[in-house]
Amino acid sequence: MGYDLTMRIWRGDQEGGGLGDYTVEVSEGEVVLDALHRVQATQAGDLAIRWNCKAGKCGSCSAEVNGRPRLLCMTRLSDFEESEIITVTPLRTFPVIRDLVTDVSYNYEKAKELPYADLGPRDADGKRRMAQIDVERGQEFRKCIECFLCQNTCHVVRDHEDNKPAFAGPRFFIRYAELDMHPLDTHDRRALAQDAAGLGMCNITKCCTEVCPEGIKITDNAIIPMKERVVDRKFDPLVWLGSKIGLRNRDDEGRSEV
Amino acid sequence: MATTDTGVTGPTRARIPQRTLRQDRWWLAPLATFVVFAAFVVYASVRAFMGRDYYASPYLSPFYSPCLGDCVEGASDFGQPFRAFPFSAALLVLVFPLGFRMTCYYYRKAYYRAFWFSPPACAVAEPHKTYSGETRFPLLLQNAHRWFWYAAVLVGLVLTFDTVLAFRNEDKEWGHMGLGTLLMLVNIVLIWLYTLSCHSCRHAVGGRLRHFSKHPVRYRLWTWVSRLNAHHARYAWYSLFSVALVDLYVYLLATGTIEDVRFF
Repeated sequence: MGYDLTMRIWRGDQEGGGLGDYTVEVSEGEVVLDALHRVQATQAGDLAIRWNCKAGKCGSCSAEVNGRPRLLCMTRLSDFEESEIITVTPLRTFPVIRDLVTDVSYNYEKAKELPYADLGPRDADGKRRMAQIDVERGQEFRKCIECFLCQNTCHVVRDHEDNKPAFAGPRFFIRYAELDMHPLDTHDRRALAQDAAGLGMCNITKCCTEVCPEGIKITDNAIIPMKERVVDRKFDPLVWLGSKIGLRNRDDEGRSEV
Repeated sequence: MATTDTGVTGPTRARIPQRTLRQDRWWLAPLATFVVFAAFVVYASVRAFMGRDYYASPYLSPFYSPCLGDCVEGASDFGQPFRAFPFSAALLVLVFPLGFRMTCYYYRKAYYRAFWFSPPACAVAEPHKTYSGETRFPLLLQNAHRWFWYAAVLVGLVLTFDTVLAFRNEDKEWGHMGLGTLLMLVNIVLIWLYTLSCHSCRHAVGGRLRHFSKHPVRYRLWTWVSRLNAHHARYAWYSLFSVALVDLYVYLLATGTIEDVRFF
């Protein structure tokens, strides 16, 4: 059954802006993006929204609903009371372009800084082989749809613009982890992750994991394992001593630091 | 409240003056954490500095185990190598479990949020002007977590020994059990669940590998620890309560406030 929903939508650009009130008729089963589209179609033709698949798979419609980073297309209206005012703002970590659209190019710049996998030589028959359990380990990280909600909610850059040059963010820490766990990759990314990517800036308060629409355990399965790998390399005297007397971890053989 | 010009109220961000637009009770979890942790710290400090009422045969308080200082008769199962230590014997050993919990990945999340507001909750602006995370001293020392984990395993073994000794009566005859034994049993199970679900443990048993396929035993161990690890926070809380409860029970026995409930 339809009802009238009251929405507060942030309108504006870098020069200024604010929350505007809209009342729009919505139906059972709809999501916040549906309501915004109806506002756009009936009341505010110039409302800027970035969206694409409407299925939670493209990662385009990231915004903040009642202050919480969410995908607009995956936020059901039935999660709210019919009388509740739903406030929608753009992501608050990135520069706003207009209305609900932000400039997320920070993330693409960070992606460029990450060295791609450098696989070793092929087997004699020209193929490369990985065991299934090794393949499965990285699959969780490949679910990432690059919605950048984790980047947006991470206080390291959300509350400190000055950290952006030195901090890659959770989305790229899962990429570092995926590659560092890759049995065929010949790069050792531990130093890079700690120094250039700013892994040490993360204080594991787990907000990235809380907002991930794909349910990736970013902190437990990527960031903390990467921190532990950095400890292996930099802060563990036992590992250092072992390497001096020839007890090195053979699992890392064939890797070189990037 | 606007925070800093470099944060969510910065010049390029959408102009929204509020530090958060969240309407749920986001402050409840950090507040509860603050109250409980602060209460534990006060209780543990008082008990640790007290230096008495930590042994009521056959029970030894986990805060004082192993009792290596100038301890009361019957409490030192591992000798008294630090007999000359002038302060409470608890201070000699508590530093290890304390360090283990202070550097624990779960506790870090909890106290960074609840005590340091960094951040107080997700998408709630923090009050600090600058932030360097765990890149500098003293927070760089968080990387020593695995060292405290090694120590925590030893402490766990000692507490397990204490629990075995609790299957005696006041006269040290075997084959008995009281409410204190039961509490110590529950406590040691929770302590081990917390210790073995640690992220550093998960890394050490198999997480550091790149080839699970070449290390089937370590892979199997890793899957077990991973399963426990998912509940690390829960075990952190439960074991915090259980260790305090055992100590309180021993204190009440030692001061004669209550009598031990003997089962057999």
